[in-house]
Amino acid sequence: MQLIIGENVSKIYHTGEVPVNALKGVTFSIPKGAFLSIIGPSGSGKTTLLNLIGCLDKPSGGRLTVAGADVSSFGKTDAALFRGKHIGFIFQGFNLIPVLTAYENVEYPLFMVQDVPAAKRKTQVQDLLAAVGMIDQQHKMPDQISGGQKQRVAIARALVTHPELVLADEPTANLDYDTAMSILALMKKIREELNTTFVFSTHDARIIGEAETTYRMEDGMLETTGNGGAPAHDESF
Amino acid sequence: MGARLHMMNLFKIAARNLSRYKRRTVLTLSLIVVGVLFVTGFMAVTGSFKTMMVGQITDSFLGHLQIHRKGYVAAIETLPLTMNMKPRAVKTVETRLREIPDIEAYSMRIKFGGMFSNFLETTNIRLNGIDPEKETKTVPLLLPRVMKGQRSLSHGEILVPELLAKGMKVKVGDMVVVIATNKDGSVNGKQLKVGGILESATGPGGRDGYVHIEDAAEILRMEEMEISEIAVRVKDFSGLQEVYHRLEAELSGEQNKDGKPVFEVHTWEKLSPFYNIARMIDIMTFFIKLMLIAVVLISIMNVMIMAVYERVREIGTIAAIGTLPRRILSMFLIEGFLLGAVGAAVGSLLSIVLVYGINLAEFTYDFSRQTGIVLKTAVNLQDISVISGIVIAVAVVASLQPAFKASRMDPIQALGYV
Repeated sequence: MQLIIGENVSKIYHTGEVPVNALKGVTFSIPKGAFLSIIGPSGSGKTTLLNLIGCLDKPSGGRLTVAGADVSSFGKTDAALFRGKHIGFIFQGFNLIPVLTAYENVEYPLFMVQDVPAAKRKTQVQDLLAAVGMIDQQHKMPDQISGGQKQRVAIARALVTHPELVLADEPTANLDYDTAMSILALMKKIREELNTTFVFSTHDARIIGEAETTYRMEDGMLETTGNGGAPAHDESF
Repeated sequence: MGARLHMMNLFKIAARNLSRYKRRTVLTLSLIVVGVLFVTGFMAVTGSFKTMMVGQITDSFLGHLQIHRKGYVAAIETLPLTMNMKPRAVKTVETRLREIPDIEAYSMRIKFGGMFSNFLETTNIRLNGIDPEKETKTVPLLLPRVMKGQRSLSHGEILVPELLAKGMKVKVGDMVVVIATNKDGSVNGKQLKVGGILESATGPGGRDGYVHIEDAAEILRMEEMEISEIAVRVKDFSGLQEVYHRLEAELSGEQNKDGKPVFEVHTWEKLSPFYNIARMIDIMTFFIKLMLIAVVLISIMNVMIMAVYERVREIGTIAAIGTLPRRILSMFLIEGFLLGAVGAAVGSLLSIVLVYGINLAEFTYDFSRQTGIVLKTAVNLQDISVISGIVIAVAVVASLQPAFKASRMDPIQALGYV
């Protein structure tokens, strides 16, 4: 079953006098439960593709379906509602809210995005913090924990709403090798347990091989595909 | 319950965001607190001054409101005897006055102009014929104005205003003659004993002399008691307007044969030029409030604009994970609200301390010929509520633009913001 289907998706930016074709009509599909990396040099269109899949931006052309919804036509509010329900985000710079504890950061989407009752929130948050190994640090503020721990909290935050899809933009770029590998292992473990689809962009050569499927972006085109790990989903491309 | 918890979470986040930039928050709060303190202090002092002045004027000679025959006030400078109220009209007014429980006292006066002679010199005088008992109940500060002599007025006595007494060189116990022309044009005089010298008071009527009402009727050769004005004192000064409206409504029903109203009712505000000074104080207070609004508006807008600029990436993050724009808007509005509310609360609390301190210090000032009046300030709950309400409302309004900007932020641009 395909979670994401892109048909001739293009994105043109009109920031200066010359339009920039960031995506040049890419066609692809990503099945549910995939663990997929998008690689490519800076400016190749990785982040643009992630932004479109994540409903943070709208394609200039083509059709993009995520979790059965045509996201090309979403307005700002519809896109926010869709993201809150179906997509989790992990950022390169962790992006935890500095005034909230680890626990509160994970809890945040449950009360600000989904209106989950307080009693239910507690169980969900603590289960996830335990899953990412941060239950002992739950009352610490972001500036009191390490980069790897921050990213664990960010993963818990991304997963707390039980999204079908988690998008991660360079999730290991700010981490050392061991921490990066442990974060990837954690993401894989969660994928196994919850069947959540993980799509992450990277140009970190150390972790490219950890993905089960790899898409290569080059100058706005999906040029080649490769298999980093188990070739579980290569038939989908 | 869910909505309450949600609001609590929003307030918690707002409070923590404010405490994140402690110095800036404290500075902004200080500005608001000083503004509230200044406005409340100003209102307390001017309010006290105003209350004292109004009290002096109404309690010394004017009364809280006055009832006249229609048209009398317009011609009051000439003290027209032809516009006095006949006994039947006075009885009608008295009946109405007795029916209103909020009225504490009333007093009938015959006002007239005459000549005052010490047998050597003669000058003009404006006189009030009064019933001393009723008059002191209506204007309790009249007799305390007696500087020399007894604080009473008997038949055959006159209370002479101090400037006149000084000019005419009369003393307590001296005999003087008052001569007046009645409404038919005949002249009559009566010898009176100076019972007391009356301190001048500010405002019209503050330099009038007083005689007993029966002596006035005798001088004017009245066959029946005709009254120039009825001064009224209400039990609760704050309820004056209600009494006025009720009295006016009831007396306006009394019409002459031409179908025109017989009586007119005026509060002290219409009878004393001091009302304009009171109005000026109110206008000054209004402008001080405007200054407070400007201070709160600019300081909070400045803080909130800074808050949005400093948290662009954070806004991008919360927008990306699905926070709706209206919730982002409310987050920033609550921050502004909190700043305003805390500033108003601390400012109000300090205002109460300030007022208490002023009263404790017992500052004195002079008003007209009265010296050493102790400044008694007070802040009432209504003033505090109004000022706090203004501060909080302005704080929220000042946060609107930055909050709106945050809520409309594009998550991609915000996430890429350095």
